[in-house]
Amino acid sequence: MERNIPILATGSGELVGWRDPDENRAWIRENKPRGLVDKRMSVREAVERFVPDGAYLALGGFGHIRTPMALIYEIIRQRRRGLVIAGKTAVHDIDLLIGGGCVKKVECAYAFGHELRGLSPAGRRAVESGEVQVVAELSNAAYQWRFLAGMMGVPFMPVRNMAGTDTFEKSSAIQIKDPWSGKPVILVPAAIPDVTLIHVPRCDRYGNAQIDGIPVEDIELARASRRVLLTTEQIVDDDEIRDHPQRTDIPFYIVDAVCEVKYGAHPTLMPYLYAFDEPHIQEWLQQAKTPQGAQAYLEKYVHGTADFSQYLELVGGAATLKRLEQIEQNKGRQT
Amino acid sequence: MIAQQDSHKIEARPFAKQEYTQAELITCVASRLLEDNRSVLVGTGLPMIASMLAQRSHAPNLLLVFEAGGIGPRIPELPVSVGDSRTFYKAVAATSMHDVMSACQAGYIDYGFLGAAALDAYGNINTTVIGDWEHPKVRLPGSGGANDVGSFCWRTIFIMRNQSTRTFQSKLDFITTPGWISGPGARERSGLPHGCGPYRVITQLAVYGFDEHTKRMQVVSLHPGVTLEDVQANSEFPILAPAHVPVTEPPSPEERRLLREIDPRGIVLGR
Repeated sequence: MERNIPILATGSGELVGWRDPDENRAWIRENKPRGLVDKRMSVREAVERFVPDGAYLALGGFGHIRTPMALIYEIIRQRRRGLVIAGKTAVHDIDLLIGGGCVKKVECAYAFGHELRGLSPAGRRAVESGEVQVVAELSNAAYQWRFLAGMMGVPFMPVRNMAGTDTFEKSSAIQIKDPWSGKPVILVPAAIPDVTLIHVPRCDRYGNAQIDGIPVEDIELARASRRVLLTTEQIVDDDEIRDHPQRTDIPFYIVDAVCEVKYGAHPTLMPYLYAFDEPHIQEWLQQAKTPQGAQAYLEKYVHGTADFSQYLELVGGAATLKRLEQIEQNKGRQT
Repeated sequence: MIAQQDSHKIEARPFAKQEYTQAELITCVASRLLEDNRSVLVGTGLPMIASMLAQRSHAPNLLLVFEAGGIGPRIPELPVSVGDSRTFYKAVAATSMHDVMSACQAGYIDYGFLGAAALDAYGNINTTVIGDWEHPKVRLPGSGGANDVGSFCWRTIFIMRNQSTRTFQSKLDFITTPGWISGPGARERSGLPHGCGPYRVITQLAVYGFDEHTKRMQVVSLHPGVTLEDVQANSEFPILAPAHVPVTEPPSPEERRLLREIDPRGIVLGR
């Protein structure tokens, strides 16, 4: 085995969200309650209490799947500034936050695009004008392994992707020689978001949460983060969680706020419950083509509404939501 | 997610008297590359349709895997995102990105699909930025899962519907995802897993592979009506060609029927 491990290469990207594991352990010991505490509160209070200007923020779900939109709108409504966003498949979520003027920096695995729907005008405009700065690149797997290291309380994770590319060169990773195989291996630093927002179908008042369908990277992301704010379609009784303990994806002691917001992922897709509101997503993408259009959208739907329930009325209320439920819940029966 | 942007669409020359569309031809070629009882990491768009076509024709046991956690679904209709609930409809597992990406890194995934804004002779691709990274002319979405596909899957298949001198570049502005990097042995020296890498590139003009000795792109087959001159005129870098180059097999009536069944509204294939 190698006794002296050389550093073979060093990425030049900004190191975002890394903390000394002992410093973070001490913070957790001091700040995360291990007792059952009722964490129910309004979305407004959750953002007021836990999302400061300049926070390193991560969004759960997958860009426009199970996206925590009610919390995102509230951050825009409260005009938070200078946020550093984990661009881990950031799609509709980051686009709105950038349009709202909340974002200063992005560490980018995937952002500024909407998958099959094309590139996002607001995000691109902000980066190309310099309003928003991309401070580092990495891949989707590399980002979620940064969260895995954060969750585990270790300083880094060895991985075998990104080697030989500019993605590595612009990342905050380094490359060393693996002491066992003697081959080059990349170390991605742990990432510990200041705040993570996650939307779930159900949880209890303490924050014990279940996710239906794919958890994507929310298991690791939630556990890596200092503050975790949940919105949930429904708050259920503690007994319902305890009847199926194998279904708990996020346990209460990592959760800081529980906000009951039915349809809280609109206009994104909530698996098994409601589909994308495609016309509404298209309305944003059309409006976002100009800065004035993006502002008009946000004035109407975010600043012009006091809370998420007013917003839901504005996008068509019960009729729209019923239509989206039918599309999602009939899936598979159409073809 | 796996980048699929076609930011520089060009009008490809029409083929002579053909019944099928360019997108149908590309999809069928991609589909035929996928062997039965293998696994494929799927992105949205054409790769999804190619994989579904393979399942409904020659490869019923092809395992579809999605980076966001869907494994082995019975896809009811075309998903618009690799995390869409259609990617885990009647699936064998709805798991996490960590689980799927670990399977890729450990060697379970045979094929991966990639699209790109630009590609070079070694199959390296750029989906990050056009121009300077710090002062971009055009900001693209970045790696997403592309670097992971290109790093981990045993065989990477590229779909580029817009081959031109703007997309087949001598030097990329940014290498997002590794191809053969700079030639034989470069992937292994860089620290990537051994024995995997770019396999085929499918464009509106031809199908390409990579020369065994140089790892540079070479023609495998030309689409009907396309010449070697056409192929070279639409690339900044020289493309190798063997002495005899076959013509790509056009879509069969049965393949076209299945494609209409998979994408009845022409969302991806167009009409």
